[in-house]
Amino acid sequence: MTPSEKKQLQIMACKIRMGIIDATHGAKAGHPGGSLSAAEMFTYLYFKEMNIDPANPKWEDRDRFVLSKGHTAPGLYSALAHRGFFPVEDLPTLRHIDSYLQGHPNMNSVPGVDMSTGSLGQGISCAAGMALGLKHQGKDARVYTLLGDGEIQEGQVWEAMMLASHYKLDNFVVIIDNNGLQIDGAIEKVMSPYPIGDKLAAFGFYVEHIDGHSFDQIESALNNAKAMKGQPSAIIMKTTKGKNVSFMENNAGWHGKAPNDAEHEQAIGELKAILNELEGK
Amino acid sequence: MADVKKIATRDSYGNALKELGAQHDNLVVLDADLAGATKTGIFLKAYPDRHFDCGIAEANMICVAAGMSTTGLVPFASSFAMFAAGRAYEQVRNSIGYPHLNVKIGATHGGISVGEDGASHQCCEDFGLMRTIPGMIVMSPADDVEAKAMVKAAYEHVGPVYMRFGRAAVPVIHDEDYQFQIGKGEVVKDGSDVAIIANGLMVYEAIVAAEELQKDGINAMVINMATIKPLDEELVLEAAKKCGKVITCEEHSIIGGLGEAVCGVLSEKLPTPVKRIGVNDEFGHSGPAAALLKQFGLSAEHIVEVAKEFCGK
Repeated sequence: MTPSEKKQLQIMACKIRMGIIDATHGAKAGHPGGSLSAAEMFTYLYFKEMNIDPANPKWEDRDRFVLSKGHTAPGLYSALAHRGFFPVEDLPTLRHIDSYLQGHPNMNSVPGVDMSTGSLGQGISCAAGMALGLKHQGKDARVYTLLGDGEIQEGQVWEAMMLASHYKLDNFVVIIDNNGLQIDGAIEKVMSPYPIGDKLAAFGFYVEHIDGHSFDQIESALNNAKAMKGQPSAIIMKTTKGKNVSFMENNAGWHGKAPNDAEHEQAIGELKAILNELEGK
Repeated sequence: MADVKKIATRDSYGNALKELGAQHDNLVVLDADLAGATKTGIFLKAYPDRHFDCGIAEANMICVAAGMSTTGLVPFASSFAMFAAGRAYEQVRNSIGYPHLNVKIGATHGGISVGEDGASHQCCEDFGLMRTIPGMIVMSPADDVEAKAMVKAAYEHVGPVYMRFGRAAVPVIHDEDYQFQIGKGEVVKDGSDVAIIANGLMVYEAIVAAEELQKDGINAMVINMATIKPLDEELVLEAAKKCGKVITCEEHSIIGGLGEAVCGVLSEKLPTPVKRIGVNDEFGHSGPAAALLKQFGLSAEHIVEVAKEFCGK
């Protein structure tokens, strides 16, 4: 990744964050915190990593992404919109009664969504099924899935991990957004999933720990995952919930709450300042 | 009908999968450590590279099947009815039903005829659970011939399908040239005094009961309603209109299954007296299948009793 490529990705991550704020503000509901924490990963996957075609969202040889933590749909939608799957202007219609942008991802109404998700723990299993199906048919396409660190409290997640390892799904990458907060508070207080990396390694995964806001580390981890043969990969990314919006950062209260008009204005202002700096304005 | 051939519809399921597998490369089978019992082992032996054991993890298996279907494969996910429809209900609802994916669920060991394993494994709630999912086809075959035809029809149908098969061997009542159609009931015997609408192993019991009733001057119509959803409303209404009395028979709780589906149609469109024969809101227990069926009133004798009283004889 060249410095200019990296800058472009940083600019896009900031725009995706603005989309998240606009979408949840428009919806008067939704989940900004965990959408903002994964903005760099959404950006890298949709603008660098994945082999996809916005003009042909159902292209059969495409790479797939399953948002297992489906409540962070605003992040996925913002990335898809900026990538050209549908108009960015539609983002504020999120959760509206006449909008195709459902509160949780719907593969049949939102272009580019590869799996309907929202009930935690199911997306990773569906993604593993995709990886298994693609591998069975000799296709080179890869499957990525993003989970919350609270989500991995669901037992089904570990059933999926077992299967991915058993069937040697080296076309499968599990990404865990370790922002440390779930609805009821800090994950280690609610029900500690730690040590996450050791558990995944014990389940047969190649494991990397990264800073989820560093494009260099994201790129390196995804490249290493691609080079890994005979086993699935897991990337545990340390992130800040609510990243880049000062009053949302590290605050569990912003897991599932929308900004009001004043908060929206402040958040967009903060993100615009970051964007201006990146663009050298 | 003393010397009729008997085959368990779970065997039909395994055999049909093997036959279909020869014609369709995109047919894959998933199981959860029950390939021997669900009879997908028959498919496994023929096509080991297309059979995926998911271990004892039914919830995961259902979602894995959902994911596989999005890559162009046609997965048949198999387990006991208790686990496929019961344990994995929410996975079926959210990962197959809601996105309307092309997954077929082959659930064996439905109903009380599971026998000795007892109540924990005797699923009498699956029709009810599966019926509530929009777009889900729910079926239960009467015999081997129908079960095989049903599996083929399920493969050809694009969308989610739930099929319930039995553990116990049941009489074969159809000729090999029987034409099965999803959503269409079959008039097995015409009649005018009472319409007996049955599915699964209760179809044979209804046929035997109708023969017995004939001796007492009651001319019963027997309908095999293999598809519970979408229900063949036209046939239900026709039968009710002609007979004026309806008895439903199913190896399922009287709550949520065929009986309620029939009552739903009739109460809205043609109010008709109905008697529901099924498991009366109670759990089963261990015992030989035949003895249990008798004990829970899932028998020709009980149908005769109910019909006679219903017809005032």
